[in-house]
Amino acid sequence: MKYLDLIWAALFRRRVRTIFTLLSVVTAFLLFGLLDSVRNGFATAGQAGANRLVTASKISFGLPLPLSLYERFREVPGVTQIEYASALAGTYRDPQNFIPVEGHSDSFLDLYPEWKISPSEREMYLKTRSGVIASESLAQKYHWKVGDKIPLQTSFNRKDGSTNWTFDLVGTFRITDPSMQSSNGIVYGRWAYVNEAREKGTDTVDWFVLRVPDANDIDRVAREVDALSANSDHETKTVTEFAFYADFLGQLANIGLIVGAIMGAVFFTLLLLTGNTMAQAVRERIPEMATLKAIGFTPRIVFGLVMGESVLLLLLGSALGLAVAAAVIYEARSRVGYAAFMSPMVQAIWLRGLALAVIVGLVVGVFPALRGMRLRIVDALSGR
Amino acid sequence: MGTLIEIRNLSKVYERGRQKVEVLHHINLDVADGDFVALMGPSGSGKTTLLNLIGGLDSPTDGGVAIADTRIDRLSESALAKWRASNVGFVFQFYNLLPMLSARKNVELPLLLTKLSAAQRKRNAGTALKLVGLDERAAHKPTELSGGQQQRVAIARAIISDPMLLICDEPTGDLDRQSAGEVLTLLQLLNRDYGKTVVMVTHDIKAAEYARHTLYLEKGTLVESQGAMADLPGVRP
Repeated sequence: MKYLDLIWAALFRRRVRTIFTLLSVVTAFLLFGLLDSVRNGFATAGQAGANRLVTASKISFGLPLPLSLYERFREVPGVTQIEYASALAGTYRDPQNFIPVEGHSDSFLDLYPEWKISPSEREMYLKTRSGVIASESLAQKYHWKVGDKIPLQTSFNRKDGSTNWTFDLVGTFRITDPSMQSSNGIVYGRWAYVNEAREKGTDTVDWFVLRVPDANDIDRVAREVDALSANSDHETKTVTEFAFYADFLGQLANIGLIVGAIMGAVFFTLLLLTGNTMAQAVRERIPEMATLKAIGFTPRIVFGLVMGESVLLLLLGSALGLAVAAAVIYEARSRVGYAAFMSPMVQAIWLRGLALAVIVGLVVGVFPALRGMRLRIVDALSGR
Repeated sequence: MGTLIEIRNLSKVYERGRQKVEVLHHINLDVADGDFVALMGPSGSGKTTLLNLIGGLDSPTDGGVAIADTRIDRLSESALAKWRASNVGFVFQFYNLLPMLSARKNVELPLLLTKLSAAQRKRNAGTALKLVGLDERAAHKPTELSGGQQQRVAIARAIISDPMLLICDEPTGDLDRQSAGEVLTLLQLLNRDYGKTVVMVTHDIKAAEYARHTLYLEKGTLVESQGAMADLPGVRP
């Protein structure tokens, strides 16, 4: 720590150059924060549902399954609770305001304790046939208040021939588990209401969710559940909720590859830029380093000073960049209501970012530091 | 008064490409503890090379250098750095202060290598700056000081660790006559009142007059010595 003053002073010896370099580091880590948040959102989606199995059509998710499977699933040993749902989607006021709606069975909130809702609103939800609940952020985005009617324009026909579905907002919830936060953008209604009102697909569901508390039962239950509809016209595929999310998102994009490619290009550029800055900074200070060595700074200390300078530059820039990314993500999530699969800036993203900064700092600092360490005092002092 | 610097059969050869240039030839020299020696000679005579070898900044090709009975030519680079930190203070022609640090922070630099606390370092730096008459300019950066003041800051930095030996390479070479006089008087004070042994390279005869002894180097060989050699023991070219 006693060398911090010296390192800091050396870093800001050329203030303008350092500020511009710092800005490029900030930008790189802002991008890193945003992209890693997306990657993290994809990677951890559904992690909380380790003891939940999702059963859907084997052919394609969303193809209707008969509700009658419900009773047969209940008989599978290891299954303690089941809920089911059908989905529809609509737009609110403006075609750009896309809102997915899921109609769930009564046991939905029992299976999803991550959805935090007040007891009174939970009761209202179960009592109101056309009732829906929305996340606090979604309600905030569209200025909804409990008691509001929410008209949605959909492509799903009602029995009366209309495609307009109107729901009653009876409560708001908050999802505490970061891995489930992508569900913040969905409006949750009642399956009974959707089933009753829709023109087609009566008494069918899009998926079932089965609670299997014992992890050892998961594979067996999944096999037995799928066996119940084997060779029928509605064969099922049962996977854990985590695997379901991973599979579903994997069909959208290989986000890890995309993020890796972008970040690779960004950090390669950053390496060149900061490497050049550090090399230039050390080249300019050769006589000063020679002076430090002359007055007794060992080669190891000189090496440490340059490395410290390089790492400090990267740590400063990365901390700022990640802080800006956190602010942007927070703002995006609160404005959009949900930022699809963009996780908040969790501790792991901060740690990954800062660790990356240290690594980049060490890599760009090592050659200038070696140069400083190895310089011959008499040559450097005489300008050779 | 004992011998502080003992140089025996010292040679230094530089290799410039395929060419070998012998800068110092078999120098033998003793300097007494507490002496103030001026080293003079024409350009290229090897003055600075000899000074660098005495200060442990360079290593000889042949022969040995012992300072206070320590064979510094046998120390590793790291050990030599530690030895310099506690035994030698350097004063350079162009001051060699770090431009981004204040005068006080520059003076504190050698103390970073000690176990002193920040408060102690600050206090000691203040004392050293007071000794050189610059305690009121402690917060100034080198660019805000005159050449003479910068050199005095460099002297404060050189003495902050209380070294036994001060190595001064043309300390007045970049100064006007008045500032040069102030700097030399200061070096004389450090030698006389604080017992520091001073070895100074200079081109300036007037500067050399501040020393107790003057040595002449020519083509890498000590050719002559002047000064009150009879009065003081220890200098035997």
